[in-house]
Amino acid sequence: MKTPIQFRLNGEEVATFADGGANLLDVLREGVGDLSVKGGCWQGTCGTCTVLIDGAPRLSCVTLAESCDRKSIETVAGLRRGADLHPLQIAFMERFAAQCGYCTPGMLMAAKALLDRNPNPTRENVVDAICGNICRCTGYEPIIAAILDAARGDSRRPA
Amino acid sequence: MLEMRKDIFADERDDNLKEVGRPTQRQDMLGHVTGTSAYYDDHRFANLLHLKILRSPHAHARIRSIDDAAAARAPGVKRIIRGTDVPVNLNTLLSLIQFGKDDEPSLGTDVVRYKGEPILGVVATSERAAREALNLVRVSYDQLPAVFDVEEALKPGAVSVNPVYPKNTFEYHGKYDHQKLRFGDVETGFAHADLVLEERYQMSPIEHAPTETNGSIAVPDTNGRFIVYTSTQALFFSLDTAAKVNAMPSNQLHFVGGTVGGGFGGKVDTLTEPLAILAARLTGAPVRYRLSRYEEMQFGSPRGAERIYIKDGVMRDGRIVARKVRAYFDSGAYTRLSSYAVVKCVAHIPGPYTIPNVHADVFCVFTNRTPATAMRGFGVTALDFALECQMDKDAVAIGMDPLEFRLLNAYRDGDMKAHRREAKNCALIECAQIAADKAGWPLRDEFRKMSSRIGGGAQRSGGIDAARRPAPVASARAETSAPQRVTYERPAVDTATPAPPPRSDAPPPSVPPPGATHGAPRFSSVFGTRRR
Repeated sequence: MKTPIQFRLNGEEVATFADGGANLLDVLREGVGDLSVKGGCWQGTCGTCTVLIDGAPRLSCVTLAESCDRKSIETVAGLRRGADLHPLQIAFMERFAAQCGYCTPGMLMAAKALLDRNPNPTRENVVDAICGNICRCTGYEPIIAAILDAARGDSRRPA
Repeated sequence: MLEMRKDIFADERDDNLKEVGRPTQRQDMLGHVTGTSAYYDDHRFANLLHLKILRSPHAHARIRSIDDAAAARAPGVKRIIRGTDVPVNLNTLLSLIQFGKDDEPSLGTDVVRYKGEPILGVVATSERAAREALNLVRVSYDQLPAVFDVEEALKPGAVSVNPVYPKNTFEYHGKYDHQKLRFGDVETGFAHADLVLEERYQMSPIEHAPTETNGSIAVPDTNGRFIVYTSTQALFFSLDTAAKVNAMPSNQLHFVGGTVGGGFGGKVDTLTEPLAILAARLTGAPVRYRLSRYEEMQFGSPRGAERIYIKDGVMRDGRIVARKVRAYFDSGAYTRLSSYAVVKCVAHIPGPYTIPNVHADVFCVFTNRTPATAMRGFGVTALDFALECQMDKDAVAIGMDPLEFRLLNAYRDGDMKAHRREAKNCALIECAQIAADKAGWPLRDEFRKMSSRIGGGAQRSGGIDAARRPAPVASARAETSAPQRVTYERPAVDTATPAPPPRSDAPPPSVPPPGATHGAPRFSSVFGTRRR
């Protein structure tokens, strides 16, 4: 049994069919073709598949695709605005905040959710925001530094 | 942030590197932050099939029968794969370099030897269809007694885990059941030592847990070839292994990889490629074999658990006069890379310290646990943990500062190591002095003036020849009632030399003339050959 679902993905309307019980991760990757979302554990424990649903960070591997009908979903594929990188992406590059890169899309989305609601986070806020995202390469410090850098860059930018 | 100090090494390559020590952007970073780096599973194929594997629920069992009739008829199922379908159903990874005997089947046929061992594959139109079909397979087992402890596995009458190695030990050089290291006379050393400390260290298996699990997609190409997209961290190693298991020439395989979602040693085992290729051959369609997180933990190898006993003979003046190590590497049910880890372990004993009497026995032991493999510094990491804990305990036992205790015993250039190779290009003392300075760890003046050089603040009577022989422990013993000595045959020569840095007179790194050769040593840790 396939269900038609329609949602906004990075600002664009998309429609697809989801198998009964399909998770959002599979629908994004297989149905819509957004391969920027990665699967790590498929059981809601590693944070790799984090996307934003109506602005909130959610684990796409344990989110029923059907529950996302009419919602707005953001992935790292939509972070960049044309040729311009998001400040988080620049900061991640400058701080060497990725090694294998596999957790990076989820890490960036968790960080974006934080900065969207709190443009001036403390280090504790940052740690709290990414505490559900496992990185096995970097030891987290470069990631925390990058998110704080991006926040400071944003806060310096005139409104 | 990164400090290059080539001056503290006596024998460092003399060309100046352009990149090391300064930030350089990674070529793959833009792809990583934009989500466009293509990992193996980011390649898309029409009519992709999915391989899922039935795994043993038992640590040790004889397979009485397998009934897969219902699974074969299940919706979406294209093919069942059994061990008898695998062209070469026994392999060991290091057979590619003639090290070890083939001991692990791709799919178990008669006996399963660990929980998670693969038995049967289902190829279906979706992962879900494959999983549902697996639930229809009926396997009848006779459970067998199992052994989970390395020392239990070596006792007479213990359960035999792996028929290729019936005594539960890997076989080195066709005849030895463990790796040995002998230097001096360790028992005499203990007899004359002021203190003897024996400790036991037990490690746990450690899962690499890369965020991307092991997996691959095999795609039939034209001319009978297969293109294999894979997460392997050892592309050619995996290609050759897959060719061997499938009994096909390696030029029929085109492996595509390099973008790996974390490896740390956990992606050298070629866990998925051979069966993905076989499934693609048998169905004529592209096939993905992707491990679930559970499979990554239960079937994918961890770092092996090591049990290490260390017995040290120490003098009150700080010298270690004897060190005896007995260690057991838990290889699990099959070899994978544990045999090699043991070789590396023995090569690291007794640590970076000049000890005149060293004795080591290290075993690669088979048990009914998940097979172990490489992980970051494998063979050495656990041993180092044990050795350095032991060093701290030794230092506490004789009332000495643990860092000064290490400096006193550290290798100097020209010392004879327990492996009968001369220590060269040593810099532990200098590195420790700099680290101590940065950390504000107080070192007494004579320790600040120590050096790793021959005669460079560490003149040693007898030099290499003395180190080759067991230390004259009997004479030292007579001094035990004397005030604590902090140096032994290594008085600082040039007390005027300021420290740190210990060698302010070192020439600045020179720019080499064009075409200059450098002296970087190359080392093969399997065979121990060192070329210059």
